[in-house]
Order: sequence, then structure tokens, then C-alpha cells
Amino acid sequence: MHKFLRRNFAGYAFLSPWLIGFFLLAIGPILASLYLSFTKYNVVRPPQWIGLDNYFYMFQMDQRFWKALQVTFQFVVISVPLKLMFALGVAMALDKGIRAIGWYRALFYLPSILGGSIAVAILWRQLFNYDGVINSILRLFGGDGPYWLSDPKYSLWTLIVLAIWQFGSPMLIFLAGLRAIPQELYEAAEIDAAGPVRKFFAITVPLLAPVIFFNLVLQMIEAFKSFSGAFIISGGTGAPLDSLLFFTVYLYNEAFAFLRMGYASALAWVLLLIIALFTAIAFWTSKYWVHYENERG
Amino acid sequence: MTEATITPAMLSTAEVARAYREAKAKRAKKAALLKHVFLIITSLIMIYPLLWMLASSLKPDNQIFGDLGLWPREFQWQNYWAGWNALPVSFTTFFWNSTVVTVLSVIGNVISCSFAAYAFARLEFSGKTIWFALMMMTLMIPYHVVLIPQYLLFLNLGWVDTYLPLIVPRFLAGDAFFIFLMIQFFRQLPRELDEAAMIDGCSPFKIYWAIIMPLSLPAMATAAIFSFIWTWEDFLGPLVYLNDMEDYTVPLALRSFISSDGVSQYGPMFAMSILSILPIILFFVIFQRLIIRGIAMSGLK
Repeated sequence: MHKFLRRNFAGYAFLSPWLIGFFLLAIGPILASLYLSFTKYNVVRPPQWIGLDNYFYMFQMDQRFWKALQVTFQFVVISVPLKLMFALGVAMALDKGIRAIGWYRALFYLPSILGGSIAVAILWRQLFNYDGVINSILRLFGGDGPYWLSDPKYSLWTLIVLAIWQFGSPMLIFLAGLRAIPQELYEAAEIDAAGPVRKFFAITVPLLAPVIFFNLVLQMIEAFKSFSGAFIISGGTGAPLDSLLFFTVYLYNEAFAFLRMGYASALAWVLLLIIALFTAIAFWTSKYWVHYENERG
Repeated sequence: MTEATITPAMLSTAEVARAYREAKAKRAKKAALLKHVFLIITSLIMIYPLLWMLASSLKPDNQIFGDLGLWPREFQWQNYWAGWNALPVSFTTFFWNSTVVTVLSVIGNVISCSFAAYAFARLEFSGKTIWFALMMMTLMIPYHVVLIPQYLLFLNLGWVDTYLPLIVPRFLAGDAFFIFLMIQFFRQLPRELDEAAMIDGCSPFKIYWAIIMPLSLPAMATAAIFSFIWTWEDFLGPLVYLNDMEDYTVPLALRSFISSDGVSQYGPMFAMSILSILPIILFFVIFQRLIIRGIAMSGLK
């Protein structure tokens, strides 16, 4: 026993801050929110057990829940692929020792670092104002821009553009992935007279598949979690007509504006399950299109 | 002059290869030029909104909207002064608050995450694989899921309306991303260093302090920089925990600009927005290399 203690002491000593945090701030709260999701709780009075009622209400009666799901899915499904396509396109242009690569890389990455800030969200609101910059540019080309912020048909696009603007971090990861593809493959393909399109689909895509997959999972999780942009641009409520009611915004409002902590906990668990499900799907499908190099032959 | 006498049959393979190489180089040059045009246009589009915000922060209010220009006709420097004092509490307080929260969070993150990373990367103890798997799982958990119980916990401790809910979790290695980043780095350090030190009778703490830490300064700096940027920009945490304007951090204060209806102070609002992202831009310019390497390292290896 003494020996056992001595062998493990240092490891657990160094791990102890994380262990405390893990129990008090991660696994504890997750279980607590599972419990709260079966209760009615407004902070003032103690939680009252109501079984599955929160979930029944959510799935059968709560139209805002379905609306929030729809808005969030729409955002994820449109913004993530566009962002990744952009990131890959720019990374390919930057690949192979182009001059001034450091400058480009820095300029393209800067929006990713600022994108989560309130300053940028505020800026975005003004850019997409009816009299704002975006519509002025459209007018230069003879177009007539819509009311981006107050027309529910268009409002989500402001946030999609904001997401695409932050393509920098998947771009950096693509860039590192492209570096790992052996140049000889491209040279061999050239000798066989393969064009750029053929080279892209026959060499780049299959060899980059693990990186594409990694970026896809990461960006999807990020998109499901995104909050401040939608919160600021919609004025905190998901307006206009709930067209910016991101799941996270709905959850925040239920918990902290209406103090429906039990119901909000149920929403939080649904969010957790959705993210887990999507991650699982991404992992599961990856075996059909992702080939890790050391697995072959 | 020799060219006239050469017939195709006389072309040596070396010459064919040279012609091929030249044609290829020419094509490559053209492709590079096209790429630069594409990249320059894209980067201008990317950076334009930020420059427009900078320009707008110096324009009078009636010249901001619809004005695409990046050079103010007259420089309205008083926007900065007006913005600094536009809210009931001055921005001196907000910047001080943000600095306190950020500095303490960064310290907490670097210490606690490097402790955990050292344990995972260099020490042997039973249950390590399970803890490691659990740690990696926490990477996926959205903050929104733990937010409500954490809030209730801090409410019961009487910590709401203080900075403790924003700082204390940082000392408990709450951000698994940093642990993961440091583990990747620690693993690259040669094991022989630890073993030699152990034979010399160094304790694990001494090894951490005298060997691992000094050799991992780039990883520590990377974690510190990311932690700085994310804490400085954090909005949800302060939004939930801080209700008194005296306690606001800069992002919360900025939000008050748009929620105070009727007041059209766009110039001052942009001026404060610019100041709020200035520290991040400075950090980015100074530590660009570390930041970009950090992404590649934590993302791929």
C-alpha cells in the first residue's frame, strides 16, 4: 500500500487541479443539468420533479424549440461547407512556396482571431444595415440590397458571411496537411498529362481526407456552439421573427431572461446529444472516405 | 547559329528535357502571377471591414453610413474621447476590469494546464489512460451545457457579481485544449532528460520546474497567448456573471452601446470597438509565429 501510494503520488498531485475542476466544473455540472432537466426550477423555489414533462413540452408543443433547431441546422449546413471550401481554396493557392506567404497567412488568419469579439459583431450589424456598406457596394453594381437585418429571409446570411470570413484556422490546418502530400505524386501525374482538376480529385482530396474530416468535425462543433454573433446581431432575442434564434441564444434566454432553469437544462442536454451525434456520424462515415496513410497495404 | 543545322532527329534528350523545364517554368510563373492576383484581391476583401471600422471611428456620424471610403474627409479625433466617456462608467474602469480578469486567467491557465499536461505526458500513475480519455472528452462539451449548474454553484457560493466565476475555473485546468497543446509539446522533449535528473535524485516537481518548464517556453507562450485572446474577447461568461456596470469588462461595455436606444453615437462606438481589439491585434502582430504554429501543432500532430 505504501509503495502504491508512492508510485502514484506525484502523478495525482500534478493532476489534482484538473481533477477538482473535472468533478466540480465538468462532470458534476453535466450530471446536475441532467437532473435539473427533469425538474421545474426558477432559482427562487427549490427544484420540483416533473419527470419527462420538459422533454414532452419541448418536442410536442414548443414551436420556438423547433425554430431554434431549424435555424441552427441551416446555419451549420450552409456555413461549414462554404467555410471549408474557402479555406481549402486559399490554402491551395498559398501552398508550394509562394512569395510573401507569411503576409498572406497572417492577413487571412486575423479575422479568425477577431471574429468572436463583440467589436466585430457590432461592426457586422452596421455593415449589413440597409444604408450600410454591403448595400452601397451592391448599388455600385446596380443591385438593390434587401433589409438584411430586419427581413427574416436574409438575416441568417449576415451570420453565414461572418462565419465564412473566419476561414483562417481551418486554412492553417489545410496548409499543414497539403505540405505533407509528397510532390512526386503531382509530378508523376503531370507526366501522365493529368490536368489540375484531375490532380485535385485524384491526389489532393484523397490524401487530404483525414484533414478535411478533422476540420469538418471541428467546424461543425464550433458552428453549433456559436453564440455572441447571433446574440449581438439579433439584439439578444433571436429577432427578426426568431430567424436568428440560434439554439444557444434560445437556451441563454430561457435560463437567464426567463429563469426557466429546468427547461433550459433540458435544452442543454439536447444540444449535447446533437453535438455528440454529429461527431459520431462524422467519425462513422469517415471510414468510407478517409484513408490514413499508415493504414494502407 | 547552330540552330539552323539542327534537325529534330539531332535533339538530344538533354535538350528535350531543358525545353520541357523551360516551358514548365514559364507556366509556373504565369500561375504564380494569377495566384498573387487572387490572393491580393481576397486579402483586401478580408481586411476591408476592419479598415472601414478604423476609418469610421474617425468620421463624424453623418459620414459613416454608406460611405465606402477608407480615408475620413476630416479627422474626428474627439470620437475617441467621447467614446471613452460615453457610458455612465468610464472605459478606464472597463479596461482595468478586463486586464485583471485576463491576467489572472492567463496565469491560472498556464500553471494548471501545464501541471496536468506534465502528469499526462511524463508521469506514470494508475488510471492514467482513463483520465486521459475523459480529459479528451471534455474538449467536446459545449460551455452552454455546464453553464447552468456552474451558475447555480457560484450563486450558492455568493460569487455572482464578482470575478471569481471567471477566474477560479482557470486555475482548475478548465480548458482541455491547452492541456492537449502542452502534452503534444512535452512529448517531443527527450525522455533521457527526466531519467538523468531522476538518477541525480530530482523530485518530479524539480524536473517539472527545472527541465520541462524552461524547455517548453514556446508551448507555454502559445497557451498564454490563446488564453489571453479568448479571455479578453469572452462575452458569455461576463454576461452571465456580471450585472453591475462598475464590474463590466470591455465586451459587455461595448454591448451597452447598442442597447442604449435612441443614442446615435456611431463614431464613438467604433472608436471603442477599435480600442477593444487593439490589444489582440498587437499580440497577434508580435506573436504571429507562435500562434500559427500552435494551430498547426494542436490540430494535426
